[in-house]
Amino acid sequence: MSSDAIAIEHNGKEPSYLEYKGRGRGLKSWITSTDHKRIGILYLVSLLIFYAAGVTFGFLMRLELIAPGRTIMDAQTYNQIFTLHGVIMIFLFVIPGIPAVFGNFFLPILIGAKDVAFPRINLLSWYLFALGGIIAILSITLPGGSADTGWTFYIPYSVRSGTNVTYTLFAAFILGFSSILTGLNFVTTIHRMRAPGMTWFKMPLSIWSLYSTAWVQVLATPIIGITLLLVAVERWFGVGLFDPALGGDPVLYQHLFWIYSHPAVYIMILPAMGVISEVIPVFARRTIFGYKFIAFSSIGIALFGSLVWAHHMFTAGMSETGQFVFSILTFLVAIPSAIKVFNWTATLYKGSIELAPPLLYALGFIFLFSIGGFTGLFQGTLAVNMQIHDTSFIVAHFHYVMFGGTGFGIFTAMHYWLPKMFGRMYNHKTAKTAFWFLFVGFNTLYFPMFIMGWMGMPRRYYDYLPEYHIYHLISTIGSWILIIGLIIMFTNLIKSFKKGKPVTEQNIWGGETLEWQVPTPPPLENFEHIPTITESPYEYKQNDEPHLEEIK
Amino acid sequence: MNTQEHAISHVHRDDIASRMGMWLFLFTELLLFGGMFFLYAVYRYMNAEAFHIAAKELNTLIGCFNTAILLTSSLTMALSIIAIQKDNRKLSIFFQLLTIVFALGFMINKYFEWTTKIHHGIFPGADVLLSRDSGEILFFGLYYVMTGLHGLHVIIGAVLIGVMTRLTAKGIINKDSFVKLEAAGLYWHLVDIIWIFLFPLFYLIT
Repeated sequence: MSSDAIAIEHNGKEPSYLEYKGRGRGLKSWITSTDHKRIGILYLVSLLIFYAAGVTFGFLMRLELIAPGRTIMDAQTYNQIFTLHGVIMIFLFVIPGIPAVFGNFFLPILIGAKDVAFPRINLLSWYLFALGGIIAILSITLPGGSADTGWTFYIPYSVRSGTNVTYTLFAAFILGFSSILTGLNFVTTIHRMRAPGMTWFKMPLSIWSLYSTAWVQVLATPIIGITLLLVAVERWFGVGLFDPALGGDPVLYQHLFWIYSHPAVYIMILPAMGVISEVIPVFARRTIFGYKFIAFSSIGIALFGSLVWAHHMFTAGMSETGQFVFSILTFLVAIPSAIKVFNWTATLYKGSIELAPPLLYALGFIFLFSIGGFTGLFQGTLAVNMQIHDTSFIVAHFHYVMFGGTGFGIFTAMHYWLPKMFGRMYNHKTAKTAFWFLFVGFNTLYFPMFIMGWMGMPRRYYDYLPEYHIYHLISTIGSWILIIGLIIMFTNLIKSFKKGKPVTEQNIWGGETLEWQVPTPPPLENFEHIPTITESPYEYKQNDEPHLEEIK
Repeated sequence: MNTQEHAISHVHRDDIASRMGMWLFLFTELLLFGGMFFLYAVYRYMNAEAFHIAAKELNTLIGCFNTAILLTSSLTMALSIIAIQKDNRKLSIFFQLLTIVFALGFMINKYFEWTTKIHHGIFPGADVLLSRDSGEILFFGLYYVMTGLHGLHVIIGAVLIGVMTRLTAKGIINKDSFVKLEAAGLYWHLVDIIWIFLFPLFYLIT
């Protein structure tokens, strides 16, 4: 069927990407589609499946820790479960969370393009993503069980462990390749496919953050690729490159690992910051404060973030000069993040705030991310680092950043954009109820970890001294509240796909960016005519505001 | 691939974007090898003496020969692109096939080089090698991993050029549309340039 024939069927209106079948029907029309919107949804569905697995493992860990000693599993199983939790959450949920789902769906629309630069490579990246995820999960069922090394695969244990470390390494390698392809696609798309008139400083801020992220994805991921490959080679052939028994240096492994894995932290957080920068001005009905500062701070984070990796290794053996330099750089990288937080707050100031669900989640992001960011500064201080290194303080810190930050960023994006993607609105009241469960549950779960970490509770331990019991108990109860919140939120969202109130208006929230100027849900080619851009993306009609002065 | 009618309705072609994508991919390849060059640098610094002794055991003549082969193959690859630009399809195919022949020649040399070493008991995990100084173990570990990964790239490159030869024969790559061949050429030059660094690091600095 040609697109003309379909257009006639729908009374001259372009069919949405959901109706347009392309080749094949049902599942085939999805998994063979090179439409960036369908690929975004493929990512969304697979991502949520992996997220459910990750949450389940996290829940089991917390349950084990509810009381000292063995509760529901043995120590070996616990090690495997926290490894799986880490690998799944990092490589399969947080890293692809925003770029692969919402980036794929909205990046071309936001810059006024019909698709990404390489649609087929885009589909390939999803296949690699699914393959990597399946290998990671299947390794549980193979004899030997899944890896028990932690997601960091530190040598020498990762070479000696009898579990299926190689599968997990291979899975991470494939996922890295998928991530590289997405990054490469986005950089090229942003350079080559912006609509006429969309200069760099007329791009929405989420594009700036996706652009910075994409560069980090392209430049940092190959390092982890080769490093993980070398660990696999080490396991197969015993080459000795990292094995101290053969002259290798395990600390070098840690350097190579963190040269990627610290920038990866910014791959995780930058896109979420982009989403927040979109949501705040829309619901405050104000032009974003300090557009250029936010844009350049994304680039700044990408640059500085690539130079701070060794702050993960202050206790691993490093010269004092090295420690000093990496500590300073760690403090510097906090500046661009703080610039963003200040600018968001300044945007809210004197705005006409409408506390709709997306804004509520965005505010949750700012609050939790700030706590995560500040505690990060504690850790960058050398003396304090000696006290809290490898304790649950660290666990609390990165959950505040990765879950309270990126996780809430993903939830914000869901509440902001899902109605646009599916043309159905969720129940606002339920979304707000879910938020409070999530917010309270989150803090109950992770805040006690700061306290016991400060007191000396090591991370990754299966057992603990009785004096930590009360904190672990509170934390586990928090995990239940959090999961109730997740269930309420996802039920509300998933139910809305079928039963939600249909939304047909283009501009659901009153935003000024391009996605609100195409039909809901968007048609196959996004735009009937490629728009010409003349205004910056957050031109709220503050020109209307002088009314106030007139009243005076 | 879903929407052929979609593709017909607006043919999107942007050679600059394709080249840009390829260059970005080449950056990732450089960084992939960069990780290993980093390891080489650190271990050479830590074990200068052992690296010096171990490097003497590599056959410089075979190394030189392989370097000459790869450099020539880069030339033939470039010539095949010039040929297609001048609309000489047959000549372009000839040069592409010649490039593949050079790639095979390189791999055959590599095969003999490796098997000789393995025959002498110099390979990871072998008792002969393990009895030596740890710096020498590292040197040969790096030698096998780095030239091995490079060899893998030679094979991928040769297959890629094979696909291009087919596309040229079919006329899909032609005078007006040769960006795919250019991309394959870029990849081949990358394989070449990595060898240009591997060769002195392992064979010449003794």
